[in-house]
Amino acid sequence: MRWQYRAAAFVCVAAVFAALPAFRPPAFVESFLYLVFFWVALATSWNVLSGYSGYFSFGHGAFYGTGTYATAVLATRYEIPFVWTLLAAGLMAALLGVVIGAVVFRVRRLRGELFALLTLAVTYVVATIVLNTRIDGGPGVFLSGVSPPKLYPNAGSTIYVFGVGIAFASLATAWAVQYSRLGRGLFAIHDDEDVAEVLGVPTFRFKLAALALSSFLAGVAGGIHALFVTYVTVSETFAVTVPVFVILMSVLGGARHWLGPAIGAAFITALSYAFVSGESAVASRALIGLILILVILFLPHGVMGFAASRWRLFRQRPPESDRVAATPQERPAAPGRAAGAVLLSCDNVRLGFRGVQALAGVSLEVREGEILGLVGPNGSGKSTLVNAISGYYRPDFGRILFAGEDLVKKDAHRIARLGVARTYQIPRPFLRLSILENVALAATFGAAALDRKAAHREAGHWLRFVGLAERSPALPSELNLHQRKFLELARALACRPRLVLLDEVLSGLTPAEITSAVALVREIRRRGTTIVFIEHNMRAVLELVDSLVVLNYGEVIAQGLPREVVRQQDVVTAYLGAAHA
Amino acid sequence: MPSATLLGQSLLSGIFIGGLYGLLGLGLSLSWGYLRLINLAHFALAFLGAYLTYQLAGVAGMHILLAVLIIVPAFFVLGVAMQWLFTRFSVGEFASLLVSFGMTVIIESAIQWLWTADMRKLQLEQGTVSLQVGTLFVPVTEALMFAVAAALSVATWAWLRFTYVGKAMRASAENPEIAAAFGVDHRRLALLLSGVAAAYAGVAGTFVAVIYTLSPAQIFAWMGVVFAVVILGGLGNPLGVLVAGLVIGVSESMTMAVIAPTWAPLVSFTLLILVLVLRPDRI
Repeated sequence: MRWQYRAAAFVCVAAVFAALPAFRPPAFVESFLYLVFFWVALATSWNVLSGYSGYFSFGHGAFYGTGTYATAVLATRYEIPFVWTLLAAGLMAALLGVVIGAVVFRVRRLRGELFALLTLAVTYVVATIVLNTRIDGGPGVFLSGVSPPKLYPNAGSTIYVFGVGIAFASLATAWAVQYSRLGRGLFAIHDDEDVAEVLGVPTFRFKLAALALSSFLAGVAGGIHALFVTYVTVSETFAVTVPVFVILMSVLGGARHWLGPAIGAAFITALSYAFVSGESAVASRALIGLILILVILFLPHGVMGFAASRWRLFRQRPPESDRVAATPQERPAAPGRAAGAVLLSCDNVRLGFRGVQALAGVSLEVREGEILGLVGPNGSGKSTLVNAISGYYRPDFGRILFAGEDLVKKDAHRIARLGVARTYQIPRPFLRLSILENVALAATFGAAALDRKAAHREAGHWLRFVGLAERSPALPSELNLHQRKFLELARALACRPRLVLLDEVLSGLTPAEITSAVALVREIRRRGTTIVFIEHNMRAVLELVDSLVVLNYGEVIAQGLPREVVRQQDVVTAYLGAAHA
Repeated sequence: MPSATLLGQSLLSGIFIGGLYGLLGLGLSLSWGYLRLINLAHFALAFLGAYLTYQLAGVAGMHILLAVLIIVPAFFVLGVAMQWLFTRFSVGEFASLLVSFGMTVIIESAIQWLWTADMRKLQLEQGTVSLQVGTLFVPVTEALMFAVAAALSVATWAWLRFTYVGKAMRASAENPEIAAAFGVDHRRLALLLSGVAAAYAGVAGTFVAVIYTLSPAQIFAWMGVVFAVVILGGLGNPLGVLVAGLVIGVSESMTMAVIAPTWAPLVSFTLLILVLVLRPDRI
């Protein structure tokens, strides 16, 4: 119920601001507040993609500018009513965003700073096109003849109300996104995009959706601003100040919270408004530069980030473990599966990297309910095979069938939905999400596809299962290696997979820790999950697995019952070398 | 279609401006490639150098070479100081973009405060001499600028490739921890490299002062195109930067001559976008 009260309060605040002109404030108050709301809208809309997902865009000026020119041209040349031009402004900006995103987000491993430069370059390209075509043509566009619908007798007040509208629409969007599936997925993308995808987050679609929302809002804000400035030019509209101010505001306020950019926007706008004229304008610019430097150096997560970390420390005192521990429940093993049927089969899977044949035609079968051991020397292709099954790599040739579906052409998040989960040899937790959220994310996006509450219950369940329940509110950086490995395990299990690929869960653990991990693996199988167990520790392998596959140079050199396989001559040779054989 | 002379003249000016792009990009490429710092303040430093040249050689009447001898070492020290700050606060790659943008804004404000926002032009008699080669005019200072850019690129390449310091630098860029384990002092190397990069900004600034009219807003004018040059050339690749500078410079000036000056930005940024989308692993 609490969020309904908050939403009501939010609407009330918006209504109070929208009603302000009725009290006839001095004109400068209105124009100042308009500017605040304009920047709140731009910074908040930027944050929906960039703050949440970590893809810092320097191209917000392109979306804002597209909106500005859409309204300017449609309202003056085609005399379309102002409100409709705003819709067109948003849609055109969103279209531009989707087109850019569809190209750019396909590029794998496009690092953050390259995305930043790419979007900046797009801004210049759009500006050049606008300047040289009939859209602008050079001299700029006057909107003096355009009038908005009469909400208030005075046009300035009406524009102000539009500013309030887009600012609160942006805030509401950012708020809703932050606590939605989309938001949780974006935060996961921020920390580790590959892992997010493997856990079932449709990363491409989510980034595209966030970019579309972000650019739509920026476009509408641009359309409104066109009327505010009444004279639109390319050099002003596409100036580098727009992306830079937006980033500064968000970083200052805190880019991981919906309210952060608004705080930054209000502060920076007030600062620049306080020193508008002559010498002091120069001083204010220098001051903004100095603030930017100081914030990055001393307050890297912004005001809201700082507040949130304080809040977390404060809340951590009474540990959440009591609450989590309140829902113990044993999940029954999934019934109705014919034990021993083939669950996963790899058929002549080949994958090469620039001439190195990492997988040279691997064929193997994993039966429902078994633990299949996958061993082989370093570089024999074990992890590559896991990456191919989980969809991170796409095999050049061959088929991977899982429960009758071919995985080869599927994106990793679809494979996760089908019920394949994996762990990483070197744990890759989402560093800025708590332990509980790390696991809950898997429950939300994996095969389980639970809602928020159920996901948290499920996460608590698996954290208790691996013995990390009392660490739920901590961040992964506070865990040791052994605990991180178990976090990996809990995260994979929270997907409720039918098949889990365990990539060297035992490496780096002490003998005592290995014993407890082996017991856990056994327990996982007892509950009905099929396991592919990759390991170097032969004692554990022989203790656990039902059948064993040996890889060497990307080929299966032996498979069968574990005790028999380890006696084969070529297996011994592969491991120990010919001289010892 | 424009005449052959016009095309030739455009080609020539494209080569010269390409040299300037390369010169501006060189320092940026070094600090991005080897220190993993995206130093936007490089542009502000270049313009600070240009204004100082204007002040020393124009207003105070100093000989231009003497001004260079003062500015370049001073900028080296400035670069070292900046790197010290970055290391002291362990600024990462993305944060460096924002911090150095803050520095840019501060330097721009300082320039505007000291020299106002009015246009400034350094009048030097050496600055306007041109040679006539056939039907083409070759402006001497711009040719000199190109020569200096090419010489510095080659020298930097050789320095990185053949000297102990250069090899240590490359090892350090690959993997700082391993390099440190083999006795490479990354911090001192970083200070040195940052100093060199800033000194290059000083050199570029001197040429900017001699050839162009100065105004504080110019700082932002070349930012986009020089970034395109740096990325096209490959990070930390001095020869690549020069070549990319030439490619972009020439293609821009050809666009100006054949189509229209205002279309020129389209060429460089489209090139940049194509490289980023098609070959992101190059960077």
